[in-house]
Amino acid sequence: MALYSEKVMDHFRNPRNVGVIEDANAVGQVGNAKCGDIMKMYLKIEDGIIQDVKFETFGCGSAIASSSMATELIKGKPVSEAMKLTNKAVTEALDGLPAHKLHCSVLAEEAIQAALEDYRSRGGEI
Amino acid sequence: MKIYADNAATTPMSRAALDAMIPCLEKLYGNPSSLYAIGQEAKEVLERAREEIAAVIGAQPREITFTSGGSEADNQALLSAAALGQRRGKRHIISTAFEHHAVLHTLKKLEQEGFEVTLLPVHENGIVDVDELAAAIRPDTCLVSVMYANNEIGTIQPIREIGALCRSRGVLFHTDAVQAMGHLPIDVNAEQIDMLSASAHKFHGPKGVGFLYARRGVALTNVIEGGAQERGKRAGTENVPGIAAMAAALRESEANRERDAAHTAAIRDRLIAALAEIPHSALNGDAARRLPGNVNFCFEGIEGESLLLLLDDRGISASSGSACTSGSLDPSHVLLAIGRPHDVAHGSLRLSLGADVTEEEADYIARSVAEVVAYLRSFSPVWRDLTAGKTPFLL
Repeated sequence: MALYSEKVMDHFRNPRNVGVIEDANAVGQVGNAKCGDIMKMYLKIEDGIIQDVKFETFGCGSAIASSSMATELIKGKPVSEAMKLTNKAVTEALDGLPAHKLHCSVLAEEAIQAALEDYRSRGGEI
Repeated sequence: MKIYADNAATTPMSRAALDAMIPCLEKLYGNPSSLYAIGQEAKEVLERAREEIAAVIGAQPREITFTSGGSEADNQALLSAAALGQRRGKRHIISTAFEHHAVLHTLKKLEQEGFEVTLLPVHENGIVDVDELAAAIRPDTCLVSVMYANNEIGTIQPIREIGALCRSRGVLFHTDAVQAMGHLPIDVNAEQIDMLSASAHKFHGPKGVGFLYARRGVALTNVIEGGAQERGKRAGTENVPGIAAMAAALRESEANRERDAAHTAAIRDRLIAALAEIPHSALNGDAARRLPGNVNFCFEGIEGESLLLLLDDRGISASSGSACTSGSLDPSHVLLAIGRPHDVAHGSLRLSLGADVTEEEADYIARSVAEVVAYLRSFSPVWRDLTAGKTPFLL
């Protein structure tokens, strides 16, 4: 059996929403290079809706796939819904992750939380 | 293109090894301890293999003990030397920071039993300093264990100098030669090696078999009890097919060694030169004093596992010292030992070439690595910060 599900490999090989949003109004970065994982999420929120989302990730296959899947799960959704995104939802959407890779999905959840926290600190309403 | 570039992990079996192994599985199934003909024939195969292996390293056949592989040989060597030291009240062992875990974990165990362990630094070039070793030897030192060549960065240690030093100071010298056997010339007498570990599957033999050389007079401690096999030093019915195949593989590797090493080293250097062109990359370990097939690089701003997965998509099998591939939170202890910071060590790549590698394959590998590294950097927040000048480049 392969290390990763087909879904993980698909999101790793063809990551969705990769890049930077120059005029993002919510940016969050979590992890550190020392541990080998960094995720950065850029959100463009308008009228309480996540109009656009992009990510940059330094990390392993599951870190990249988790970031990609997380952006898909929140794109076009109300901020209130994105707030509720869990690592479990990311993992399930990827058809599972190996046990020692679950922290990658946690990182994705935390990156979105960090971005929304940034949005709030800029005066945005959640 | 399909390129297997992980020969330091394991090698494919050679035709010669298979040809030696299959008859033992099909026909010579006797137990070497049995007295009837088919048992005695198996015994003959076993002893011929012992002679052939001993001859390659300049040992006597009785100095070779067959084991299940390199890890068992390392365990037995260290535990034996410790037991010998203990008897003479010597409980200090010297080794290096970048040994294989078969050595490091056994040393941890010995530490818990009251032994004192000094791990020598291996410096930026990945090579032990013999003067530092000399200074570390104490009256109560019972063993020096230094690997012949490192399994990750391929650096070759000054074994002859270490052997001479240990002999002159009356300290046992063990070397883990798992990566070197079949690839480098080894002579246990000229190099004054007292104990040496080797593993068949690193030189085109089968997995699950290896050997421990112990100089005559160095008494081994049993790790596995339960029978009189291997002169009572390693119980268990001998793995005759594996041992016969190991001997055939080693004989062939030795016969082709000089030619293969010259060819592989030339391709290695071509690949190293090509990979060095990638910005903010660095070769790990000494450029000259390294195994003929070993190439090990760090690339700043990327993580090793994603690099490996994308290389696999391009048909290239390689390995990395990143934490994600080791299953722990820390990257390779070898890369940390040569002073690579964590951030950089996560972005490492080991390519260990086989003797059949071609220039075209090396060029394909170099091109693929350059493309994949550039791709991964294109969406790496670490790379963005480095190129924006927010954090300083380390390489």
